[in-house]
Amino acid sequence: MALLQISEPGQSPQPHQRRQAVGIDLGTTNSLVASVRSGMAETLPDEQGRHLLPSVVHYASQGATCVGNEAAEHNISDPLNTILSVKRLLGRGLEDVKMLGNQLPYDFQTDRGGMPKIATACGLVSPIQVSAEILRKLVSRAEASLDGALDGAVITVPAYFDEAQRQATKDAATLAGVKVLRLLNEPTAAAIAYGLDNEKEGVIAVYDLGGGTFDVSILRLSRGVFEVLATGGDSALGGDDFDHVIAEWLRQQVGMSESLNPTEQRILLETAKAAKEELTDSESVDIEILDWSGVLSRDVMDTLIEDLLNKTIRACRRSLRDAEIAVDKIDTVVLVGGSTRTRRVRDKVTEFFGVEPLTNLDPDRVVALGAALQAEVLIGNKSGDEMLLLDVIPLTLGIETMGGLIEKIIHRNTTIPVAKAQEFTTFKDGQTAMAVHILQGERELVDDCRSLARFELRGIPPMVAGAAKIRVTYQVDADGLLSVTARELTSNVESRIEVKPSYGLDEDEITQMLQDSFSHARDDMQARALREQQVDADRMIQDLLAALKEDGDKLLDTEEIQCLQVAVKELQKIRAETTEHRVLARQVETVGKTSETFAARRMDASIKSALAGHSLDEIEQG
Amino acid sequence: MNFSSDFFAVFAISPSWDVDIDDLGVRYRKLQQEFHPDRYATKSDAEKRLAVQAASFINQAFDTLKSPLKRAQYLLALKGVESDQETHITSDTVFLMRQIELRETLSEISAKEDSCSNIEALRADVESTYYELQAEFKHQYESDLFDDAFNAVAKMQFFTKLLVEIGQLEAELEDA
Repeated sequence: MALLQISEPGQSPQPHQRRQAVGIDLGTTNSLVASVRSGMAETLPDEQGRHLLPSVVHYASQGATCVGNEAAEHNISDPLNTILSVKRLLGRGLEDVKMLGNQLPYDFQTDRGGMPKIATACGLVSPIQVSAEILRKLVSRAEASLDGALDGAVITVPAYFDEAQRQATKDAATLAGVKVLRLLNEPTAAAIAYGLDNEKEGVIAVYDLGGGTFDVSILRLSRGVFEVLATGGDSALGGDDFDHVIAEWLRQQVGMSESLNPTEQRILLETAKAAKEELTDSESVDIEILDWSGVLSRDVMDTLIEDLLNKTIRACRRSLRDAEIAVDKIDTVVLVGGSTRTRRVRDKVTEFFGVEPLTNLDPDRVVALGAALQAEVLIGNKSGDEMLLLDVIPLTLGIETMGGLIEKIIHRNTTIPVAKAQEFTTFKDGQTAMAVHILQGERELVDDCRSLARFELRGIPPMVAGAAKIRVTYQVDADGLLSVTARELTSNVESRIEVKPSYGLDEDEITQMLQDSFSHARDDMQARALREQQVDADRMIQDLLAALKEDGDKLLDTEEIQCLQVAVKELQKIRAETTEHRVLARQVETVGKTSETFAARRMDASIKSALAGHSLDEIEQG
Repeated sequence: MNFSSDFFAVFAISPSWDVDIDDLGVRYRKLQQEFHPDRYATKSDAEKRLAVQAASFINQAFDTLKSPLKRAQYLLALKGVESDQETHITSDTVFLMRQIELRETLSEISAKEDSCSNIEALRADVESTYYELQAEFKHQYESDLFDDAFNAVAKMQFFTKLLVEIGQLEAELEDA
C-alpha cells in the first residue's frame, strides 16, 4: 500500500506534474491532432504514419463503425452509410440542411427536437454523434502516441461558426469524453502558429479556405497578445464548392442527366476533386468518366471558381472595414486550409492584400499546431505570460422586439468575454411572465436571422404595467457561448438560463447517448471520471493552501481561515480514501463554495494592485 | 466581485476627455494578461466565473473609453447627466437643417451611378464636423457647462450614426 503523502501547508503535494493536452482541428474534410513536445508543436501520425485523418465515418450493418481512411474506402460502394463533410451539418436545422440541396446524398430524418439525423445501417445518427466518432479516433491516437490519458484539448472551430454550431462542437466533445479547455477560432490558431514561430509584430490577415468553410480574420499582434480586430466569412463556402462547380461542368460535358444517383454523384465529385488537385501543378488535366474523355484546363477551372473567390474577397473587404484597417496596413498574410493550394486562390489573395502570403507551414496542419500551442498554455505546462488571445464574437446577438424586428444587443466583432444588460418592463397590469427570443445574425428581421433560444421569465411579482423592472444580462464567455440571467429589480427575483441552441442536444439526450456509448466501458468511464476529479481536487488543495499562506491573514478573519482549513482537510481526507468520483466531486464543490468569497477578495485586491503603483514607463516596458 | 470603480479607475487614469488611446491599449492588454479567463483555465469553477466577469468588465471599460461618443456619454453619466438616448429633441434649427441636408446628400449618392468621389467628399465633410463637435464637447465639459455638453453629445450621436451609414453605403458600392 502506498504511503499517504501529507505535505506542509502551503507546499504543493506534488512538485510540478506535466499534464497532457492536445490541439484538435476538427475539419470538414480532414481532421488532425497535435501536441507540444520539447517546446515544438507537432501533429501526431497514426500507426501507418498518416497525419491527416479523413473526416469520414462509415456505419456498417452489423453495428460496426469505422473512421478515417478505412471509412473513406466505402465512399463509392456504400454512399448512404458513409458520412463525409459532417461539419457542414453540425448545429444546423433541417431547413439549413435542405439548403445544401442534393450536395449531401444522405437519407435525412428529423427527431422531435427538430434536429436532422441521418438514417444509416446502424440506425439514426446525428451530426454530433458522427463528429464524436471522429474525435474519439483522434483522442485514442493521441493517447497511444503520448502514452497516457489526456487532461484536456483545445478544439478549433471556424471563426464564423455561430453559437449553435459552437455548442454542437462542444456537445460532440462531451459525447467523446474529451475535456474541452477552449474552443479556438481556426484563423486565430493559425496566427498563433505563425506568430510564435516568426516572432511577428503588426497586423496579420488570416485567409482560411477549408473544405466547407471560409474564414477571414484581422489580428493585431503586440508583445505576445493576439487581439482579433475583426472576423468574417461564410460558414457554408469552401473547397467542396469548387468540386461541385467542376462536377457540374463535367456533368454537362458528359451529357449526364440532372438527376444522378448517389454513386454517379460521388464519381463526378471524386473526379472533380482529383482534377482540381492535379491542376495545382499542371496547366491541364485529362479526364475520363464512363465512356467520355476530355480535358480540363486550369484557365477553365479558374473561370468556374471565380464567383466563389469573389465572395471570399468581399468578406475580406468587409472585415478590414470592421477592423478599421486600410488594406495597405496589413503586414502579414497567412494562408490556411487545403483549398489555398489552388493557384488561383493564392493569386487572388496576393492581388487583394498586396502582400506575398506566408506559406512555410503546411496549410493543412497549421491550425492544429496553433491549437496545440494554446492547449499547452491553458493546461498550465507553459507559463502563459507571453501569450494571450483576445477574440471576438463573429455574429451580432439580438432579441426579438415588437413586429418581428431585432434589437441588437452585442454587435459582431465585440471582444469576448462580454456582458450586456438590458432593462425591460411589463406591458400589462399583473403580468407575471414574459417571453424572450434570442437570435444571431446581421439582418434586421427575425425571419432572416438564426433563432438561438426562446425562454420565458416567470415569477415576476404582479404589479401595475410598467412598474416591474426586469434586468436581463447576456454573458458571452471566451468560447463564444452565451448564458442569460434575468432579475426583477424591485423584488430581486432571479432566474438563470443556460442558452441551449435550438438545434443542440438537450441534457437528457446527451446523458442517454453518453450511457449508450459508454455502456461497454463503464468501468473505464468511472476510472476516468475519478481521475479527473482527483486532479481537480489536488489542484484545489494546492491552490488554496498557497493562497491562504500568501493572502489569508490580509484578507480573512481568524474564523474564516479556520473554516477554510477545515474544508481543505476534509477534502484531503476524501481525496485519499474514496474511489467514488461523485463523492469527491461533491466535496470539491463544497470547498469551491466555501472559498468563493476568498477568491473574490483576492481578485479584487489584485485588480487594484495590478496597475496601482506602476509608473507608466514600467507598463510600457512590461 | 464588486466592480464599483469607474472605468477610468480600472486603467488607473483620472476621468478626463483626453485619453491617449495607445497608452490605454497598453494598459488594457496588461490587465487582460492577468484577468482573462484563459489564465484560469485550470482553476475552480468559481474562479473561472469571476475571471469571465472581470474580463467582461475590463472589455466594457476599454470599449467605452476608446470611443469618443461613448466616452463623452460616460463622462456625463459620471456627472449624473444621462445622455444615451435614442431620440433627442433639439430646438437648434441650424443643426436640424444641416441634418436634413446631409441625409439628402447621402440618399442622392446611393441613387447615382458614379458615386465614389461624392461619397469620399461627404465622408470628409461629416468627419470634420464630428471632430469639431468633439472639441466643442471637450470645451463645454471642462467648463462644467453640462447642458451644452449634453447637446454636443446628441449631435455627436447623429454624426456617429451617419458615419455608420456612410460605411454601409461604401461597402455596398465596393461589392457591386
